[in-house]
Amino acid sequence: MLEGILIGLQTALSLQNLLVVIGGCLIGTFIGMLPGLGPMSIIAIMIPVAITMGDPSAALILLAGVYYGAIFGGSTSSILLNAPGVAGTVASSFDGYPMARQGKAGKALTIAAIASFAGGTIGAILLMIFAPMLSSVALLFHSAEYFALMVVGLSAIAAFAGPGQVTKALLMTVLGLIMATVGEGALFNLPRFTAGIMDLQSGFGFITLAMAIFALPEAIFLVLKPKNLGDDGGEIKDLRITRAEARAIAPVIGRQSIQGFFIGVLPGAGATIASFLGYAVERNIAPKHEQGEFGKGSIKGLAAPETANNAACTGSFVPLLTLGIPGSGTTAILLGALIALNVTPGPRLMVDEPQIFWAVIMSMFIGNLVLLILNLPLIPYIAKLLAIPRKFLIPFILFFTLMGAYIGQNNATELLMLVGFGIFGIALKFANYPLPPLLIGFILGGMMEDNFSRSMQLYGGVSFILERPMTFGLLVIAACLIIVPVLRTRLAK
Amino acid sequence: MALDRWIALVLLSIFIVYGYTAWFTMDGGLAPFMRRNPIWPSTFPKVLSILGIAASIIILFGLEKSEEKIGEIDHRRLGDYFLGQAVLLLGLMVVYALCLRPLGFLFSSSAFLIIGSFILGERKWHIMISVALIATASVWYLVQEVLGIFLRPLPMFMGV
Repeated sequence: MLEGILIGLQTALSLQNLLVVIGGCLIGTFIGMLPGLGPMSIIAIMIPVAITMGDPSAALILLAGVYYGAIFGGSTSSILLNAPGVAGTVASSFDGYPMARQGKAGKALTIAAIASFAGGTIGAILLMIFAPMLSSVALLFHSAEYFALMVVGLSAIAAFAGPGQVTKALLMTVLGLIMATVGEGALFNLPRFTAGIMDLQSGFGFITLAMAIFALPEAIFLVLKPKNLGDDGGEIKDLRITRAEARAIAPVIGRQSIQGFFIGVLPGAGATIASFLGYAVERNIAPKHEQGEFGKGSIKGLAAPETANNAACTGSFVPLLTLGIPGSGTTAILLGALIALNVTPGPRLMVDEPQIFWAVIMSMFIGNLVLLILNLPLIPYIAKLLAIPRKFLIPFILFFTLMGAYIGQNNATELLMLVGFGIFGIALKFANYPLPPLLIGFILGGMMEDNFSRSMQLYGGVSFILERPMTFGLLVIAACLIIVPVLRTRLAK
Repeated sequence: MALDRWIALVLLSIFIVYGYTAWFTMDGGLAPFMRRNPIWPSTFPKVLSILGIAASIIILFGLEKSEEKIGEIDHRRLGDYFLGQAVLLLGLMVVYALCLRPLGFLFSSSAFLIIGSFILGERKWHIMISVALIATASVWYLVQEVLGIFLRPLPMFMGV
């Protein structure tokens, strides 16, 4: 392994490759800030550039830099504007945005940068150690286990529901799941619940829904009750984290790096589930007096999903590099790039082309480090975005909300849907319905139905629940996640 | 009746229509070979409709005890807030959606940003216009020229 690390370092630390990774991180960060352009689209856009470079190692280093940059960029719009452009950064807005509103935008971005760096770096170390072993474990997960894992993810809604709010959270989750059934499903290839409307054939757009229920109501609330973002006190450019805060988030980062990495290894699970579960787990194990802070600007609530989604992104390279199976949309695009560069990922990659395998792993370390070094000095300027007067800032938030929905689908009807859902989102916010479960249900709904259907077809019914012990165990955990908060509320009374 | 119950009532009616479609109309046109499958396109929606109806009823009839909490903004006193500006901005978004294709990206987006700032009380026209034009042109250049995603820049009648 040491020889491999040295080969990888030699490749990754050449002047050309260092410039490539810096360029990739910068491009990824800035384009990733635009809602609607997630890592997948940015990497897809950068593939022609990577291929023309000719050298597979340099191309992969560029794409890895773009990937990490895009994830950090996505977190920035989540934290500053409550406008998550990709599913993996939705959970970052739960506490990141309240922090920004309390005048701690600089601190929130610093925590996000450090947590992302730590998650990515620890993930890369785990990747080096466990990659060959984990590829066989990942294959033990079948559709039944994936379905159960989704149920656990959805049950984690209990984490978002305050006392007496469990049913509301469940209702929002079911609504999200129902919205995910609209359109043509991958498994049945039949349009469902479209009412004959052509624009609904492909279902509702994720970006449209995310913008409509997060960014739009928030912007309208700022219009209704005027106040400049980040003027609750504090210094928005202040990056400093106190020693006590560092001590508080260190164990969260440690736990979520490991948990996020192992969830990321499972093909199909990815950064989204890792970030939601990370948030839910940290909230549930936090001391009682800290649980109330989650959702209101808790540093632990921000560090958990930020660490988990980066660690999961690294974990998703395990099936790609060791089995040649892309575990997520982004790694599927990377697989395409590898094949275009005449590199075949799989069990033989480590033996036949060790310089590429190790260069990719080393580029993860360097990419994360470069991102941290580049972004920390930029944070005061990025955070100053919130100092723009609201008379200019709010129209811009609304404009980028509209752009995000439009770029994603290139369809003007999507904009009308955005406004319609936005008004519904405002009403839900007035009535104190928790909104994150709606989006989580929508994101996981399609995957959940596909895995449920496959399991039903394989086992001829629901017997898979009892026949597969791992599925049964996960469903028991899911049931506990729902029941425990209800019982806790009743016992407290 | 509190707003959360009104919303539960609206959602209940949506779930009933959804459930009716799933239980009684979706399976009619199913191909014979699909009928032998243990799972049909309506299976998952059927389960969801039951869950949705049950959850809405619990909220509608207040079966889960919870205290009524007023959020950041009290919806019963909307008149105390800047409701007119909010409604105008939502209306402006609808107009933008309808005009984006016929009027082109550059014109409709600049107009959106200028009118948006105007609605919120800004009157420094030179700043409003220059900021809107620079921002619109930059976004258009980035999206269309750099990223290659088509955005019609000029009005439709100009043929671009």
